[in-house]
Amino acid sequence: MTKFEYAPAPESRSVVDIAPSYGLFIDGEFTEAADGKVFKTVSPASEEVLSEVAQAGAEDVDRAVKAARKAFEKWSALPGAERAKYLFRIARIIQERSRELAVLETLDNGKPIRETRDADLPLVAAHFFYYAGWADKLDHAGYGANPRPLGVAGQVIPWNFPLLMLAWKIAPALATGNTVVLKPAETTPLSALFFADICRQAGLPKGVVNILPGYGDAGAALVEHPDVNKVAFTGSTAVGKAIARQVAGTSKKVTLELGGKGANIVFDDAPIDQAVEGIVTGIFFNQGQVCCAGSRLLVQESIQDELLDALKRRLSTLRLGDPLDKNTDIGAINSAEQLARIKALAETGEAEGAERWSPACELPSSGFWFAPTLFTNVTQAHTIARDEIFGPVLSVLTFRTPDEAVAKANNSQYGLSAGIWTEKGSRILAVANKLRAGVVWANTFNKFDPTSPFGGYKESGFGREGGRHGLEAYLDV
Amino acid sequence: MSESSRLSVLKTYKLYVGGKFPRSESGRVYEVQDHKGKWLANAPLSSRKDARDAVVAARKAFGGWSGATAYNRGQVLYRVAEMLEGRKSQFVHEVAHAEGLSKSRAAEVVEAAVDRWVWYAGWTDKIGQVVGGANPVAGPFFNLSTPEPTGVVAIVAPRESSFLGLVSVVAPVIATGNTAVVVASETAPLPALSLGEVLATSDLPGGVVNVLSGKAAEIAAPLAAHQDVNAIDLTGADASLARELEIAAADNLKRVLRPRGADGEDFTADPGTHRLTAFLETKTVWHPTGSLGASGSSY
Repeated sequence: MTKFEYAPAPESRSVVDIAPSYGLFIDGEFTEAADGKVFKTVSPASEEVLSEVAQAGAEDVDRAVKAARKAFEKWSALPGAERAKYLFRIARIIQERSRELAVLETLDNGKPIRETRDADLPLVAAHFFYYAGWADKLDHAGYGANPRPLGVAGQVIPWNFPLLMLAWKIAPALATGNTVVLKPAETTPLSALFFADICRQAGLPKGVVNILPGYGDAGAALVEHPDVNKVAFTGSTAVGKAIARQVAGTSKKVTLELGGKGANIVFDDAPIDQAVEGIVTGIFFNQGQVCCAGSRLLVQESIQDELLDALKRRLSTLRLGDPLDKNTDIGAINSAEQLARIKALAETGEAEGAERWSPACELPSSGFWFAPTLFTNVTQAHTIARDEIFGPVLSVLTFRTPDEAVAKANNSQYGLSAGIWTEKGSRILAVANKLRAGVVWANTFNKFDPTSPFGGYKESGFGREGGRHGLEAYLDV
Repeated sequence: MSESSRLSVLKTYKLYVGGKFPRSESGRVYEVQDHKGKWLANAPLSSRKDARDAVVAARKAFGGWSGATAYNRGQVLYRVAEMLEGRKSQFVHEVAHAEGLSKSRAAEVVEAAVDRWVWYAGWTDKIGQVVGGANPVAGPFFNLSTPEPTGVVAIVAPRESSFLGLVSVVAPVIATGNTAVVVASETAPLPALSLGEVLATSDLPGGVVNVLSGKAAEIAAPLAAHQDVNAIDLTGADASLARELEIAAADNLKRVLRPRGADGEDFTADPGTHRLTAFLETKTVWHPTGSLGASGSSY
């Protein structure tokens, strides 16, 4: 039988208008960096330069923190219902501009348009909508009467979900009455700068939100700034530990959302087809560049062959390529540095004796790409079973008993996410009770909702984002 | 032609039932006057049959509305606020006439009503986290309580506060997924009937809110006795009517929200959550967690 090829189905770039250069967003104005430094942001799918962006330094951090401090007095004194209405406005404008922002995010980040359009942007709008409603209901949130904000929040976010991580940081901070200085990642500054424009459209008072594109030095300066009351960071465990050391001895409140090595546990009674879909979602969503990715597959020995056959068959149908194509499943890796890290870890996996497999998969000639990859014969001692790869690489381990599954799942420095696949409800709950992880998905994976708290155990960080619980990080309680 | 010499087009006020705008099946109307006794409009004088039709519409809408996600309900309630903001001048006009208020005082009342929709829009996806939760039972069980809407709620809307009071009693009922049959203020029903026009253009499914005008005693009695109504809000009933309705409501053990105090309620005050929780059921689910063993749990 002849196979029908997919015709290209590219989403139009014309909905987004990227300026040749962008400034820092401080006190409601776009401005150059004090030392005039700029950096280029590229599309990881083509290496095309998208724009030139001002690069914040320590002096700019100080200016932004001062603006946020100045804005704090009035912003925190506003009635909650008025703060709520600003956030509702932002939520609505994001909904209105969601196609533009989805295309922008796909261009700057490299992830498929299907994901930015159907996951990132709806979640971003929903997050602002949800926390908007909390702004005038803080008395009901379980933190006592009239809980107070902390002050100026310094927020540093990663490149894997640029706008969603911004929403997770900014929405609860503003709802509770804080003002913010946010540093987006150096490889994905654009959606945060577009968000600055949304703040303008919403009429948000100057200085309440300040956006500082830049590198790690700007992030460190922000964390270190003496007039910052709250530090929120999402990123690698190594940087998270450095931040924890930096703030030691201060009164700064800290939340850290760091790395993970999520175990996805498949029992012998699991519905295989659904489990395969969940495994694919768990590790190949956003090219595996997800802190809560299900990067360790723990499969019960008796169904290992059947499951791996089905999984390999499914992986052979994944489409890698142009992220703007609506049929694309796997987009580009975010940067050359990240690609090099993934390649090195995959080579370590081979060198340590694990068996490597990838489907036949043609990689585009320009841009940063890595084929979906599966490692079998992996033991708990292997580097690829212990270290976060942050790429489309799945390590398969086996177990015989539920006890063994739990022991192996918990045998990690991390504790962010886990998955359980079984038809038996009591087994789900018994296993979930024993897992040392902040989010446990049963018969599903990588589900997110603004009402549902997210965050890690152990070295995956502390604090929760989302839900009623997410308010605590920004309240003086 | 100058504007003042132009003869204006008057509105025929109609009921809002099942997403449509019918006249009363009885064909009756009654005269609505402003506070100085000047004629404003003829409002439908609803019958017992109109009340029963409204219950049917509310019941029909309940499955879809209660089954919608809390996020979706929040979006719809916020849309009501958006639509109302755009028609503010109409409501300022109607409220000023209905309640004998100055333009500026009426504007404050309408703005407070818009903000009240926003307040309850934000509650749809939070009330479950505030009043529900995991219960730490002393045994190997997962035990979770979640609130659910009680069903069809009959509302006797406040008599004096024809608009802010009305919004304050309707929004919390539908925020949690109930559907409502509203008996508008008898003497000042026009803002309520106009609110139906806003609701009809706010993505609110037909039948979620049904608005009846007429004599409270005549319409509320069959609603209080109706076997397919799950709860009744007596805020707008005077003491003797409230008692009579509460007795009728006992027949199928309706949840009853009594009027607060003899002087009525101050609707400009912090609304709190009591109107949200008044029409919620609590469902608690138990599930064994079993234990890990060679073959998993025995359940």
